[in-house]
Parts: sequence; structure tokens; C-alpha cells
Amino acid sequence: MTAITSDTPATRQAIPFVLLAQVILIANSFIMLYPVVVMVLSAFKTTGEIFEHPFALPDFTQVGNFAKVLGETAMPTYFVNSVLVTGTSIILILVLGTMAGYAVARYESRTNTFILLFFLAGLMLPLKLAVIPLFILLRDLGLLDSRWSLIVTYTAIGLPSTVFIMAGFLRTLPAELEDAARIDGASEPRIMWSVMLPLARPPMAIAAIQNAVPIWNDFFFPLVFIQTDARKTLPQGLTTFMGEYTTDWGMLFAGLTIAAAPITLLYIALSRQFIQGMTAGAVK
Amino acid sequence: MHASRQQPRTLKHRLWVAFLVVPPIAFMSLFVVYPILSAFAYAFYDWQGLARGPFVGLKNFKEVLFGATMAPVVWNAFLHNVYALIALMIIQNGGGFFLAWLLYKEPFGFRFHRIAIFVPVVLSTIIVGFLWKLFLNPNFGIINQALYSLGLDSLAKPWLGDSSTALGALILANAWHFVGFPALVYLAGMQRIPPEVIEAARLDGTSEWQLLKNIVWPLVAPSTTILFTLLFIGAFNWFEIPYVMVGLDGSPFGTTDVLGLVFYRTAFGNQSASIQNFGMGSALATLLFLFIVVFASMLTLWLRRREIQF
Repeated sequence: MTAITSDTPATRQAIPFVLLAQVILIANSFIMLYPVVVMVLSAFKTTGEIFEHPFALPDFTQVGNFAKVLGETAMPTYFVNSVLVTGTSIILILVLGTMAGYAVARYESRTNTFILLFFLAGLMLPLKLAVIPLFILLRDLGLLDSRWSLIVTYTAIGLPSTVFIMAGFLRTLPAELEDAARIDGASEPRIMWSVMLPLARPPMAIAAIQNAVPIWNDFFFPLVFIQTDARKTLPQGLTTFMGEYTTDWGMLFAGLTIAAAPITLLYIALSRQFIQGMTAGAVK
Repeated sequence: MHASRQQPRTLKHRLWVAFLVVPPIAFMSLFVVYPILSAFAYAFYDWQGLARGPFVGLKNFKEVLFGATMAPVVWNAFLHNVYALIALMIIQNGGGFFLAWLLYKEPFGFRFHRIAIFVPVVLSTIIVGFLWKLFLNPNFGIINQALYSLGLDSLAKPWLGDSSTALGALILANAWHFVGFPALVYLAGMQRIPPEVIEAARLDGTSEWQLLKNIVWPLVAPSTTILFTLLFIGAFNWFEIPYVMVGLDGSPFGTTDVLGLVFYRTAFGNQSASIQNFGMGSALATLLFLFIVVFASMLTLWLRRREIQF
């Protein structure tokens, strides 16, 4: 889709504008990417080099910072915790979200509207503000300072949007699919599992990405719920790490690079799905 | 569209549907509804650390809004949230709109620019905060280094240590982080405008500015509604960037204090003072909840009406 056809008089007028647009976009992309590039380049420099030649290209064979971060700090533990917490949360979000979404979309019931409104309320309210009662509840359940405290919180935050995405999609599947299976004698769980869910992979992927990025990146809930160093996730672990190595800038940049690498590389490989997933709620 | 009429209405069927809806609803009730309702209730009690004390009515609310020690801090922080909201509406959402318009023209390198603008959005706020804190370091950060190498020594500043620039630096770091989100939401909104509408306007000789103002901006109103509402909620929940870049006290001299920091300090304790007040924290959270719900609803309704007008 192009908005401009090259031979209209209106376009000829707009040529200086097109050039200006090009310049602004290049400048903007530079501003967006340059800090990230500096972060990666500085990770290959010693602290002295960073201060003396902040804009120079490093010698990429100098990987001492990375070796130290991975070998001598708790970063690998934080990384594993982040994978466990994010992975488990996403599985729970998808299972519970698909169950509710399926019931609302595929079965007529007087309570459907109520159920959707119930989840809609959860979509708008920031759970961050209910952190004090959540803290007490998790303490009473014996979950405080465990990975489960984060998993249940993230699942609760992610469920509403997932129910909406799944219900919205499942509603568009034709009823004939179910009817045919029903005539063949398939049970309701069988219809859901073998007929409908295989078709629902694209919205599941959108819901998974939409939730995975904020969960992977969250800092607030670990800050409040987790004390034990061995159970910290990456963003919270980073603050511990940065506090310990305040003067070793090479290490600091290496730590930031390692923490940013997985999700950034994944984004570059799957940018279309990421953009679609993360803007899904705002783009109808 | 709903499922067919051939669905059986047996007990087995009902049990199956209940099996699907009960666990998610129970989960939400326990971990969302119950905590939110409790937050309101907690605000009416006195708390000794983690133990609930006697019912004290509106005392906590009074202290938060009018008390001699809390109120000045709270109102100072509130003002900074308002500044951040206004600045981010202009820089982040407004900037996102103009970037979307440039991207909409699908210029050379369109795909690259679209990916580049969203890279910071994917990064953790903690990484963004630390990165900019290192860049803004008065002695060795690249911002001042760049100014020195350009001979602009007089412009170099301890950005985060100077009370006149600290809040602005936090706002700019936040805008750098998130500008890609409104840009791509607006881009999607613009791509839904029928191309004939824009071509017709161009043939009529409409200037670029008039096209933007009179056609594109009104037609992307649904995107604006969602983006402004999200920004509103985000601005009054602002916590991570200030926490990482300037610390829990909103230094220097409280010039970067925001409600998120005040709330965290009140509820979970200042590291140096180790004072924990769940009652006052809950009162602050309740007020913030009500404020966000009331104003976000009003904002949404007002912006929605704007959508219908055109």
C-alpha cells in the first residue's frame, strides 16, 4: 500500500517533505539504536578504555567482562529464575485464559456477559496498587520469597487480556466445525482439544508474546516479594549486581548486555510477531 | 456469533462448562479482586508493621492529604506526576504520532526504521534506567563527553544531580524507552484509513499540515483514546525509571519524587529509616486508585465522544 503515486502534482510539491521525512527517520533510528550499540561496544572494553575512548570501536576479542559476569556473579542464577518464572506464568496464563475464553466464546450462557465484564475490570486496574494486600495474602499462603509469589501475580495480571484475545478469536470459528464433530459422537472436551484448539495457535502466540515481555522485564513485584538472592529474577538481580560493581563500568555494560540480549535477539528475529503481540490490545 | 443450538443441556454439559470457567474466575478472585478490595479496607486501620491494629476511620487519609509530614511530600510528588504526564503526552505520544506519519509514507528503509523504533520498547525498564544513568554520569557519561568533544563545555551538567534538569532527564529516558509503542499503534491506525481519502485530499491540493490536522488526526482518534488512557495510568504508576536513576528519595531534594516512590517508601520502608506503614500506604494506594479510575474513565469517555463526532 503506497499513499503516494509518483506522477500526481501533489507529490511533486511534497518532494522536499519526503526528503525531510527521510532525514528525520534516519536520525530517529540512530537515536533509538545508538545507546544500545554503545552498551554492547562498551561491554568489550575495560573501564579505562570506556572513559578514555567512549566512542571508539573495541577489540572484540576482549571478552573478560562477559567471562567475569557469567563466572563470578549470580547472573546465571537470575537468568534461570527469569526463565522459570516467565515460562510457568505463560503456561498458566494460556491454560486458564483459553479455558475461560473458550467457555465464553463457544457456549451460550446467561453469565457470559458477566464473566467478560469480570475480566474487563481486571484489564483496567493496576494491580501494582494492591501490592500491600497481595503481600499479606502471599505471606499467609506461605508463598512470599518464592518464585510462586511472582508466578501467581503475573498470571493474575496477564489473564484478562488473554481471555479477551482468546474469546475474540474463538468466536470467529464456524459452528459447523463443532457440529460435524458432535454428530460423529465426539465429546465436548474432545471437540475443544482436537478440533478447536489446533486452530487457535496464532492468538495463543500473540497472547504469549504480549505477556512474556512485561513479565520477563518486570522489576516491581520481585523487589517487593523476593529477598533471597538465589530466587531473584534478572531485572531485580541487575540492581544487586549494579550496586556491587559501581566502579567497574566494563562489567556493568557486560551485565546489561547479557540481560538485554535474549529478548532483543528474539525480537529482531521475530519482530513482526512481537509488534503484533505487544500492540494487540491497542489495535483493533 | 454463538455456538449451535445442537448443544446438549445435560448435567454433564453444565459440569464441563463449569470446569472451564471456575478455575480462571477463582484465580482472579483470589489474586486480583480480593487484594484490591482489601487495599480499600486496610486504609481504615492502624498498622504496626505487618500486624493490623485498631480501626481508625479516615485518619490515614487525613494524614496523607493534609498531615504535616505526609501531605507536603504527597502533593510535591503529585505535581511531578502531572508534569511527567503532560511532557510525555507531548514528547512520547505526540512524537509517536509524527513518527508514525513519516513511517506511513513507507519511505526507503521502512522495515528497518519500524524495527529500530521498537527496540527500546522490548528492553526492561531497569536496563533502560541503568543505561541512561551511566550515559548521564557527570564525569564519564557519553552525554557530557560528547558535549566536551564538540567544544560545548558550558552545556555539560551533572544532569541527574541538578534539580533543574533531573526530572526532565527521567522524562526523556522514559520517552526514549516507549516512543515506539505509540508510533506503531498510530501507524496501524493510519494504515486503516482508506487510501482514497488521503489521495482525494492530496489531489485537492491540501497541504501536508492540513492533511495531518484535518484528516489523519481525527481518523486515528480510536488509537489516541487508548494511548492517552494507557499513558495516564502509566504516568500515575511511574516508579521504575525514577527508582533506578535517582533512587528511592527522589533526589536531588525531592525534585524527582513521584507518587510511586512515596507509596513504596511509605509501605515497604525507606532503607535508611526502615519505617513501614501499611495503613498510610493503603490510604495512598486507595486515593491513587480512585483518582486513576475516575480520571481515566472521564478521559476515555471524553476521547470516545471525540471519536463519534467525526
